[in-house]
Amino acid sequence: MSETAIRRASLWDFANPTRYLAIAGPAIPWLAGVTALLLAAGLWMSFRAPADYQQGATVLIMFIHVPAAWLSMFCYGVMSVSALGTLVWRHPLADVSLRAAAPVGAVFTLLALVTGSLWGKPMWGAWWVWDARLTSVLVLFIIYLGLLALARAIEDPATAARALAVVTLVGSVNLPIIKFSVNWWNTLHQPASVMRMDGPKMDPAFLYPLLVMALAYTLFFITLHAMNMRNEILRRRIRSMRMNAAREAGGA
Amino acid sequence: MFGNYAGYIVPAYVLSALALVGLVVWSVLDYRARRSELAELERKGLKRRSQAGADRANG
Repeated sequence: MSETAIRRASLWDFANPTRYLAIAGPAIPWLAGVTALLLAAGLWMSFRAPADYQQGATVLIMFIHVPAAWLSMFCYGVMSVSALGTLVWRHPLADVSLRAAAPVGAVFTLLALVTGSLWGKPMWGAWWVWDARLTSVLVLFIIYLGLLALARAIEDPATAARALAVVTLVGSVNLPIIKFSVNWWNTLHQPASVMRMDGPKMDPAFLYPLLVMALAYTLFFITLHAMNMRNEILRRRIRSMRMNAAREAGGA
Repeated sequence: MFGNYAGYIVPAYVLSALALVGLVVWSVLDYRARRSELAELERKGLKRRSQAGADRANG
């Protein structure tokens, strides 16, 4: 067997749900512990940051709004890769991953919208404006809700997996629209100040707490995704057992 | 500490905390429910098709 074939075989062995459960079980408490420590550190750094000369203490909202907004897109990115895994590679855990990520992504998107609104009112004088950034994030939230509804609407797992994957990939066109909306259109929302080609345009007093909070939110997502994938695998086992019992009862 | 902005900052943090804790609690409760459901089915002797096939192969 060639080295490439061995590597591919190992990757697929790792994708086995039973092996996933064996690895995720011990890893989840460690991931949760590191996430809690990073969140505590991020919050401590955030509340020690000085008030902004223009925004005053409302800059504190940035430390939870921006990571939530980043994660709303990161989560959808994970779902898009999972959708490719279902349609292209027929990976046994791809649909499990997509379903596990969807509710978490929906909550992060809702948090980005709500905290953004609570930041916008004192700074812009409005809870909401129909500018390109806010509207495209609202569309992302609606796509998440649509995917959650679709996941519940189709009973056959294989049909549901394909439908979810296709709709997820169609919705992924919204990700570059969200990212570049502040450049392509004249928006009230400020342009990117961290992820820029010419480097971050933010004072380290605000940048470092923001980066730690973003890392904490990312680890939070990874931990919760692993937990939800474990739940989804168990749900499929239960379904398989019930189907098998019904089949045997029907054949008896 | 928050000046005139407490009415915006405090709800933002409280809602974020509630949402993140809510996600964790929902996932943990779901895990417990699925584990107990699985244990109940195993206690009744139900098996997955792969398990049943393996049992048949082993005689």
